[in-house]
Amino acid sequence: MFKEVSEMSDNKSTENKGTVVKDNEEKRVGVFVCECGVNIGGVVNTRAVADYIGTLPGVKVTSVNKFTCSDSGQADIQAKIKEHNLNRVVVAACSPKTHEPTFRACIEQMGLNQYFLEFVNIRDHCSWIHMWEKEKATEKAKDLIRMGVERSKLLEPLQASEVPVTDKALVIGAGVAGMQSALDLADMGFQVYLVEKEPSIGGRMARFDKVFPTNDCSICILGPKMVEVARNKNIKIMSYSEVKAVEGYVGNFNVKVEHKPRYLDVAKCTGCAKCSEVCPVEVPYDFNEGLGTRKAIFVPFPQAVPLRALIDKENCINCKACAKACASGAINYDMQTSYTDLNVGVIIGAVGFKTYDPEPRHDYGYGLYDNIITAMEFERLLNAAGPTGGHVVRPSDCKEPIRVGFVNCVGSRDKNTNIYCSGVCCMVTIKNAQLLKEKRPETDQTIMYIDIRTPFRAYEESYNRSRNLGVKFLRGRPVEVKEDPVTKNIKVRVEDTLAGEIRNLEFDLLVLATGIVPNEGIGKIQQLLKLSKAADGMLMEAHPKLKPVDTTIDGVFLAGCASGPKDIPYAVSQGSACAGRATILLKNKKAITEGITAVVNPDVCVGCEVCIPMCPFQAIKFDEKENKANVVKALCKGCGTCVAACPTGALEQSHFKNNQLLAQIKNVFRFQEVAA
Amino acid sequence: MSTGTDVVKPAQEGNGWEPNILAFCCNWCSYAGADLAGVSRFQYPPTVKILRVMCSSRVEPAFILKALREGADGVLIAGCHIGDCHYIDGNKNAQIRINNTKKALVKLGLDKRLRLEWISASEGLRFSEVIKDFTEEIKKLGKNPVNEPQIMAPRVTPLEGVSTHAPQGKRVRGVENPQGFGNDERRLIASANKSAANVQGSE
Repeated sequence: MFKEVSEMSDNKSTENKGTVVKDNEEKRVGVFVCECGVNIGGVVNTRAVADYIGTLPGVKVTSVNKFTCSDSGQADIQAKIKEHNLNRVVVAACSPKTHEPTFRACIEQMGLNQYFLEFVNIRDHCSWIHMWEKEKATEKAKDLIRMGVERSKLLEPLQASEVPVTDKALVIGAGVAGMQSALDLADMGFQVYLVEKEPSIGGRMARFDKVFPTNDCSICILGPKMVEVARNKNIKIMSYSEVKAVEGYVGNFNVKVEHKPRYLDVAKCTGCAKCSEVCPVEVPYDFNEGLGTRKAIFVPFPQAVPLRALIDKENCINCKACAKACASGAINYDMQTSYTDLNVGVIIGAVGFKTYDPEPRHDYGYGLYDNIITAMEFERLLNAAGPTGGHVVRPSDCKEPIRVGFVNCVGSRDKNTNIYCSGVCCMVTIKNAQLLKEKRPETDQTIMYIDIRTPFRAYEESYNRSRNLGVKFLRGRPVEVKEDPVTKNIKVRVEDTLAGEIRNLEFDLLVLATGIVPNEGIGKIQQLLKLSKAADGMLMEAHPKLKPVDTTIDGVFLAGCASGPKDIPYAVSQGSACAGRATILLKNKKAITEGITAVVNPDVCVGCEVCIPMCPFQAIKFDEKENKANVVKALCKGCGTCVAACPTGALEQSHFKNNQLLAQIKNVFRFQEVAA
Repeated sequence: MSTGTDVVKPAQEGNGWEPNILAFCCNWCSYAGADLAGVSRFQYPPTVKILRVMCSSRVEPAFILKALREGADGVLIAGCHIGDCHYIDGNKNAQIRINNTKKALVKLGLDKRLRLEWISASEGLRFSEVIKDFTEEIKKLGKNPVNEPQIMAPRVTPLEGVSTHAPQGKRVRGVENPQGFGNDERRLIASANKSAANVQGSE
């Protein structure tokens, strides 16, 4: 009975696909073992593997190539397909996650359905992890390929489907990377929604004083770009807004954006800040890293885009002074949270970063002693629009410090916090030391570092320049930081590892170069967009080298520090790269999606509805008339949850059918030899 | 998590018995985690063979039973961490299913041979640690008794793949039913799905 059912379902599914399949056709398998240079060949005896695989039933030809993915390797596959009339191809090489598309295209050129390829991973899952167990690795490779060969014989043809792409884009995060993406896409003629959680666009770069290596004013180069974004007709800025829900798939994402209330009418507000003048409430100014104060009604910063005020309702005392002061009558205390539903084809995540907070761990005494500040705080002190008007003063007595110490690698390259290098802090420290030296030549700077890392154009030159200016570099991490109770000076004990001496230094001010860490809410974005996180807590790209801005989700791209620490030029390049990648989809107006979905065999389905609550995407609809389950192809993502739940075996996951997986399971271990 | 582990050549082991483990890895997290273990050259014993599925929730209880009957000494199911599932909450379904299967396996004394782990795409080191740990655990448990002749011989029901006419301890492949499931497996699938559906419905 079961056999009959299976055959029927086979015929049915193939009929549906409209592909001619001769079910009784002899399976002619070709197996191509890759040596990957010495990556596989150096461990696994590929010849022995190929010889053994050649003895398996159905295997018509085996071949060993130095690099199967190369032109000659692929030509070999194509020649063998022709010569031996192969209808199934097994490639034993690296990971299907990187190379499956290559070989699918290769066999498709020869007229084979691309799903007739079976990919066996004998590099990442064998040779690389059993480097010193060559014989066992060879045996394991044989087992893995045998599994693949048996599965390949049962593979069925599938057609990848095309979906239409809405020619609009969503960019999450309006830092320098997100702005670049939005501008590039808008200039190519696509509608862009730019969502920013802060009340102004600009991101972290708007807070920097000057940017390395040229030490040009950060807001002076960013400001015009922010205005350009605001002026662009194709860009719709949604500031003070957050993405709350994302549904759908490539080409057709439905996004819900929440607009937090500003408590004033943006259309009426002119950004004159008269309201701030009369507001009696003062709170620490977050834009200045908590240095100085702002009012409860405030314009984020002088160059803000949009240049509009907002009320910080948490601190507002409802005195209504601002409403009286506002000439245009923009204040509206009863404003509610509003929502916008967007339909976009692609999403670019440029969710940025935050700097490491040394407060909870009191790294180097931060938070315990007054005169220890972070590099971001130093940056705001240097800034002419900052809390001190550009005068670097120390917090304890507001005097200008003479001896300033800089500690590098705080919250990075440290097993206790983050092991990765944040990349930019060396240059930030060098720049800060230079700026202080130029401003007040009488000051004395000492940079305590582990290594100085200055790759890329003009960075090393900037490092040399700071040494010529007289900035001292001391290789060593402070081991003890204490405060002098009277003078509030900071006493640092540090080993000069180059001289091999312990130094006891005293500073008026100590600046910690805090590293880059994942932004707040990155977990939420990760879950909304269904992305992966890397070990550093940042979002993960599809491939570290070849797909640095793509993700594993089609139509979702990452720019800037969302996927790891980056400097400004790198973030801008990624912003442009995302726009370029997204344009491929937006311009073609269609995307190819995998053919892997769940399929119902109506002859077997008994209408028990077990599968319906299982589907996370509500893709299974119940056909009341027929009393059968029905899979909506466009919604099905092909996870197979429902398939595993189906008690009758009516549901099958194409390309991961029960018989295909069981063929693999049955061939994991070699019983023929036991029995013999 | 430290990634500073050096690639150290393992001490030469004797001709001891090595367990056979089948690992079902989800395409998005655990398979990528296994790839990362490879890229990072985190060595682990060659006891495991990885089978790729799109989601850990694709793994049917029957697959596990099948693997155990085919001679696997251990079965590992690895998926994304809860909350990270590529398919929203497929891994939660997997959790329910695997736990139920585990309960059923208690009766057979095989429950310790089944393990469910969450391994993300960035946890290459963790992947190798899990394999090492599971291998050690299985080594302590010893061979899968299903492989032993004395257990195979008194089987009453003629099950797929095992012929009662075959000499003791030797396996002859019989004619397969296309689904590949025996009666006991079907019962288990039904019970596991029923409870999974109940849990889902009550949420």
